[in-house]
Amino acid sequence: MTTNTIAAVRDLRAYYITNAYGVRRTVKAIDGVSIAIRPNEIFGIAGESGCGKSTLLKVMLGMIEPPLTVVEGMVGYAFDGQSVDVLAMTEAERKRIRWKQVSYIPQGSMHVLNPVRRVHDTFLDFITVHHRAPRAEVETMIRDYLRDLGLPLQVLRSYPHQLSGGMKQRVTIALATILWPKVIFADEPTTALDVVVQRGVIQLLKEIQQREENTLVVVTHDMGVHANLCDRVAVLYAGQVIEEAITQAIFKDARHPYTQYLIRSLPKMDDKSERVSIPGRPPALDNPPGGCRFHPRCPQAMPICREAAPRLATIQTDHRVACYLTPGEVDDGNSD
Amino acid sequence: MATATEREENLLYVDGPSKVFTIRQGLASTRFVAVSQARFTMHDGTPEIFTLAGESGSGKTTLARMILGLLVPSNGRIEFRGRDVTLITKHDRRGFMKQVQPIFQDPYATFSPLKKIETYLYETVRNYHMARRADARRYVEQALQAVGLSLQEVGGRYPNELSGGQVQRISVARALITNPSLLVADEPVSMLDASLRMSVVNLFKKLKEEKHVSVIYITHDLATAYYAADRIAIMLRGWIVEMGPVENVLGHPLHPYTQILKQSVPEADPDKRWHDKTALAALETEEYLRAGCRFAGRCPQAMDICRQSEPKDVFAEGRTVRCHLY
Repeated sequence: MTTNTIAAVRDLRAYYITNAYGVRRTVKAIDGVSIAIRPNEIFGIAGESGCGKSTLLKVMLGMIEPPLTVVEGMVGYAFDGQSVDVLAMTEAERKRIRWKQVSYIPQGSMHVLNPVRRVHDTFLDFITVHHRAPRAEVETMIRDYLRDLGLPLQVLRSYPHQLSGGMKQRVTIALATILWPKVIFADEPTTALDVVVQRGVIQLLKEIQQREENTLVVVTHDMGVHANLCDRVAVLYAGQVIEEAITQAIFKDARHPYTQYLIRSLPKMDDKSERVSIPGRPPALDNPPGGCRFHPRCPQAMPICREAAPRLATIQTDHRVACYLTPGEVDDGNSD
Repeated sequence: MATATEREENLLYVDGPSKVFTIRQGLASTRFVAVSQARFTMHDGTPEIFTLAGESGSGKTTLARMILGLLVPSNGRIEFRGRDVTLITKHDRRGFMKQVQPIFQDPYATFSPLKKIETYLYETVRNYHMARRADARRYVEQALQAVGLSLQEVGGRYPNELSGGQVQRISVARALITNPSLLVADEPVSMLDASLRMSVVNLFKKLKEEKHVSVIYITHDLATAYYAADRIAIMLRGWIVEMGPVENVLGHPLHPYTQILKQSVPEADPDKRWHDKTALAALETEEYLRAGCRFAGRCPQAMDICRQSEPKDVFAEGRTVRCHLY
């Protein structure tokens, strides 16, 4: 890992392996993923449901429980010049870095808050477990933080059911970021929220990132969120990264046919021209197609696409594509 | 007021229904107007996709349930082909449901996970006496073809074996079995990925053009609304605040709320990032109970009159808008 990387995944293969009644089933949710996330950036992970986004997140957070098994690869972080290997850690060591160094905003945050405790108590519980400090200090810390984020202090006295979905989501974001984590993962932070509230949540995430200068990893299928928030975006398809570039390039100069489809299928305001959805559907990951995994749906598939999977290659600075149509310099997985 | 003959030519005539819920807390009770005086007409012969858009809690679903005859309006009336939907007897109910079919939000909640998905299609054929037993298979096949699927693909399968987009298209196929003239689709794409959304939305467009089915498309996704709809009604806290052709309403919104909604859609274009900030909603019930305009608390252009009296619907620039500015 070089100095310009805060979190890295290398050649990761993580499968769900089940063994029921003698039938062994392997779902290859993550199959050979390498990404390097830089300090002080907002990194987006895009893809349809079932492409392995959430599994990648679980492995990066060290939340690996059977049937999820890491078959191969490395997941590491670099904090203050010291690198740590998540997969080699014990559960106790992982607990020590969780929330304080690496934090996580789960999907469907509305269900995360304890329904029978006031928000204030949830904050107190959370902080006292991870951060030893006198009670009075913790109290002011909570108040100051909420005030800084522009959340009304009344929420502290409320029970979760008294808050709207958007407010609950913002409270959860505050909770996940109050201990100054260096890397924050957000899983579908705006899904299931109204547009106006969505915008508030995106603003809040951006603000926290800019203020604390930490690293934010946003996982969502909503390309609008990526366009608005991220510095760089990686597109996942069937458990593999098929394209990775700075946001501008992903939206204006996508090279992989899948990414091109993804961008072109999005409806735009002020444009009623016909949009086509991607033909077919994502492959089942227990038996993915051979060669390039997109070839059965690809309009430009060539014979070679059926035979061997293309490797992720750098075609320009900060632009990597896995497609035979755009040959580039294949790196050895240590690009950053 | 429409005359009797005119009304019969209307597919759907929504004449100011309101729905009041009463919230009881101990001895106190609060009246809560979930939908207030919605007014629009859909014509037979000119099929269209009519969008109801707005945030959650804006009354979209309540209005849809009233149109389906599942909720009785507190006042005002809704007529389907000249008949009041609340006065439909049990006996006529099946005939009405044959004409007006619902499509629900969560495709996986629509179907039981323990039943083969084709069962629902055959049951609908049988319940509505659409075909003889021997012809049922051909009939189901036709309905599936209309949504771009086939029995070969989905026959014998359970919902969990199919993708969300496929299951949602099957729920459209189920609705099509009775040859309805109106589909009421409540948030049909909100549980789907953006890439699958287009397959369902394109299906509505195709049904409108080829089968002359009108669709009430309820959504909070303005981008697909703009893409698919002919007309749009923007709902806010039970009011329709702006309504008209989608090019007018979303192209050049007049109501400050529509303007904020439009600006809040995250566009998939890094050149159109937001730079300014927006005000966020106050607590919901507070806005419902407020006197005057329900948007006054959040409106950047609020005037004194907005807090005192309710604005009336006015016709301006090819749409109706309920705002004191016009």
